[in-house]
Amino acid sequence: MSRHTISVTVNGSAEYVDVPSNMTLLQMLREKLALTGTKNGCEAGECGACTVLLDGEPVNACMVLAVEVDGREVTTVEGLAHDGQLDVVQQAFVEEGGVQCGFCTPGMLISAHSLLDRNPHPTEEEIRQALVGNLCRCTGYTRIVRAVQKAARGRV
Amino acid sequence: MKYTAKPLPKVELPELRQVGKPLRRVDALGKTTGTTVYSGDFTMPNMLHAKVFRSREPSARIKRLDVSRARALPGVVCVLTAADLPDARLVTDMPGQTGQKRRAGSDAPVLASDVVRFAGEPIALIAAETLAVAEQALDLVEIEYEPLPGVFDPLAALQPGAPVVHEPDNVVARWKIRKGDVKAGFAVADVVVENTFRVPFIDHAYIEPESGVAWMDGQDVINIRVCTQVVEHFRSIARAVGVPHNKIHIQGTLLGGGFGGKEDITVEIFLALLAKHTRRPVRLEYTREESILAHSKRHPFIITHRTGVKRNGRITAAEIKMVSDSGAYLYLSPYVLLYATIAASGPYRVDHLKVDSVSAATNNPFTSAFRGFGAAQAAVAYEQQMDEIAKVLGLDPLEVRCVNYLKTGDRNATGQEIKSAVWLEEAATRALEALGEKTPAPSDAVKIGQGFASYLQSYGRITWFHDTSRAWVGLELDGSVVIRCGVPDLGAGQINSLCQIAAEVLGVGLDDVTIYSTDSALTPLAGTTTATRQLYMSGNAVFHAAGAVRESLLERASKHFEEPPDGLDLAEGRVFVKDDPEQSLPLSELAAMCAAGGLPLANLYLFKAPFTSTLDPEGLQGDVFPDFTFGAHAVEVAVDTETGEITLLKSVGCHDVGRAINPAAVVGQIQGGSAQGLGYALMEEVIVEEGIIRTPSLAEYLIPTAMDLPVTQAIILESGSGVGPFGAKGIGEPSLTPAAPAVANAVADALGVRIPDLPLTPDKVLAALDRAAGREAVGAAACETDDDGSEA
Repeated sequence: MSRHTISVTVNGSAEYVDVPSNMTLLQMLREKLALTGTKNGCEAGECGACTVLLDGEPVNACMVLAVEVDGREVTTVEGLAHDGQLDVVQQAFVEEGGVQCGFCTPGMLISAHSLLDRNPHPTEEEIRQALVGNLCRCTGYTRIVRAVQKAARGRV
Repeated sequence: MKYTAKPLPKVELPELRQVGKPLRRVDALGKTTGTTVYSGDFTMPNMLHAKVFRSREPSARIKRLDVSRARALPGVVCVLTAADLPDARLVTDMPGQTGQKRRAGSDAPVLASDVVRFAGEPIALIAAETLAVAEQALDLVEIEYEPLPGVFDPLAALQPGAPVVHEPDNVVARWKIRKGDVKAGFAVADVVVENTFRVPFIDHAYIEPESGVAWMDGQDVINIRVCTQVVEHFRSIARAVGVPHNKIHIQGTLLGGGFGGKEDITVEIFLALLAKHTRRPVRLEYTREESILAHSKRHPFIITHRTGVKRNGRITAAEIKMVSDSGAYLYLSPYVLLYATIAASGPYRVDHLKVDSVSAATNNPFTSAFRGFGAAQAAVAYEQQMDEIAKVLGLDPLEVRCVNYLKTGDRNATGQEIKSAVWLEEAATRALEALGEKTPAPSDAVKIGQGFASYLQSYGRITWFHDTSRAWVGLELDGSVVIRCGVPDLGAGQINSLCQIAAEVLGVGLDDVTIYSTDSALTPLAGTTTATRQLYMSGNAVFHAAGAVRESLLERASKHFEEPPDGLDLAEGRVFVKDDPEQSLPLSELAAMCAAGGLPLANLYLFKAPFTSTLDPEGLQGDVFPDFTFGAHAVEVAVDTETGEITLLKSVGCHDVGRAINPAAVVGQIQGGSAQGLGYALMEEVIVEEGIIRTPSLAEYLIPTAMDLPVTQAIILESGSGVGPFGAKGIGEPSLTPAAPAVANAVADALGVRIPDLPLTPDKVLAALDRAAGREAVGAAACETDDDGSEA
């Protein structure tokens, strides 16, 4: 297996990572950078638990090869809070009870955050569409949708 | 039909400071920042990676198994087969702490030796320096099977001459209820209604696949960090590994969902064996496909109801038959069947009742616990039957239920007196009122239907298991509070509820409480997080442990203030005189006084459920459960008669939870539990053909997405009558139970015909419409001609 050294900005810091060519972005984040907040639920792009931002766009980290992110920017759940302050989406998930087991939460937060960047005032339908790739088995989505609505109201 | 909520009986619940408030959960912050560490997130220095080699055949003799090439692969450190583990057998029934006798024949081999009984059965374990090498070694295991006749249908398994999965026959369990005089009951019936309903295999589909890491320490203790609902499995693991109980230490993590699928042993037994044989840390994480292959499924059931009724809907007699598919090994099948049997007649007074149930072994994936535990399958049948009775009699479905609903003081199917509040009509009418008028159909092709379901569901384990839970609560010298309790938290808020209870009793804020949980050696054993038992059992243990600390504190404060203890109270981290709150002390000062006087600042409490004896198997009459939860779920659906597609438009769950310890968490249970029930009704099915799973990943096994579900409105009723702390009842499993039958009833309402088999997929909808239009005969005849080659 050939190896590559890639340069990638993860949550604002420059990283140089040695990766085999078949390593996924999910494996790189969890195993090389110890960023275990991004979860592995299926490794097939079905569950959305590993959703991260790649150059600002949500992707399933299990479906992207690490070598593909050379020279690009990645944001994970660990990069949402700034200076000890939760992001407005994180805050809303906590307050609205959008979190139960928490395993889908990092991916949900990233998808929701990305939606509000693109569309600051989404309808309920638009929120549900944006989260359709993020499976949750605990909440029935109602509180998650409420949390995104609250976050939309909270963003200036 | 317009429904009006039945007024609630007047109940005065005391106003509390922490309990009853929708406080921010203690686990929410870590889970939103990515700092909570799940079992799959741990690594250890010098760690090995494990894989499990599994059978591809559902029923076969292992003619030859050769792992020498796998062993020889560089980087492979250990390969184990049954030959290396002659005594490794796993007890599969009755997990948790109970001194009760186990059923005979419930063991399963940890690794298959001469025969395999289901596709996915573990055969060999591999540990290697890297995951890639372990995966490569899997391909080097050589195996030859001699296929054996298999049996893949529970009804076929019960026929004479069927292939036998385990000697002497395929009967895994039988239960029967004999109550009253069924013959006499049917004799006075005006009408007899008979129907058969079926439910499929279901996967738990928690988003977190099973994972863990294990290592041996300097005392030769095998430590296992794993996501499990049952830390007490350390005993079964010790037995299978061949070490004393005190040499297995389970360090449970917060779970990424469980729902019954992490109630049986999963990765931890393999981790323990490999850690012991390699004396190195070992990590094992299932892929999604392996998770679906390896863990239990919800039992398929075939349930037939024969009900005698008077013209006004009153049930005079019921005869119910149930058959469940136990799959290849026992696991909890006998108890799931028992729960189904006891719930078979629903929340109705049936004085003349006969239930016969049987669970059959097959070469299908093994089945075990899944939220609802048999009672959910029973509800799918009894609630559809109630609607069918209403239809036959020309009555409203609510009216038929109201004349039959159990009331406090009535006796259930086993003759157990229901002592708590039974707000069935109150819940059903509220759910229906909230559902409101039918939405107008957007076109002629779309039919709108409404339906609801009521239920009863036990919370707490079977009382002849003699269930216990322990909790330790202590006050630190700075006035902060520590709980130690072995409770596993599946994500439903189990640990948070315990913190809110302790905060209430000791007069501190929720932020002042820290809990240590889920450790088989370091936290007092609290029993399984199953059976909707933790709030009831561990909630009471924490309540009483905190109560003992409170008593000790007030006794000391009583001397200080020269006031009787009942003239004092604890709140906001202070002790104060009730009549003169200015007279107060911070808890830290009071704690220091107690410490200086050698007074206890902590308590370990053992809470016991009611202990009963087993029942006479000839009729199962007597007490079985600590108490029951009651409620209802109502839904509205739109059915497209051209495509067969069903859309959920409205959803309302209304449950009497006794007392909501954290109302936000209760709402989360009602919305999330019902979501699983809605998926059960409309889309979920593990398709198993000749023992092979045809839905091997989340691409084929579909669970509801955010686009599939409507907002579920949660209505919380609080009778204060439960046996949990502060009068709480359990809601974890009950939240799911009525949702699926409510959908089935709504779809039948929309179509005018009933589809008796879940899930209600578009093809079944179209076939049902064809049947109703008289087009069935043609299609069926054509099929028959094709099948047997003869002319119709």
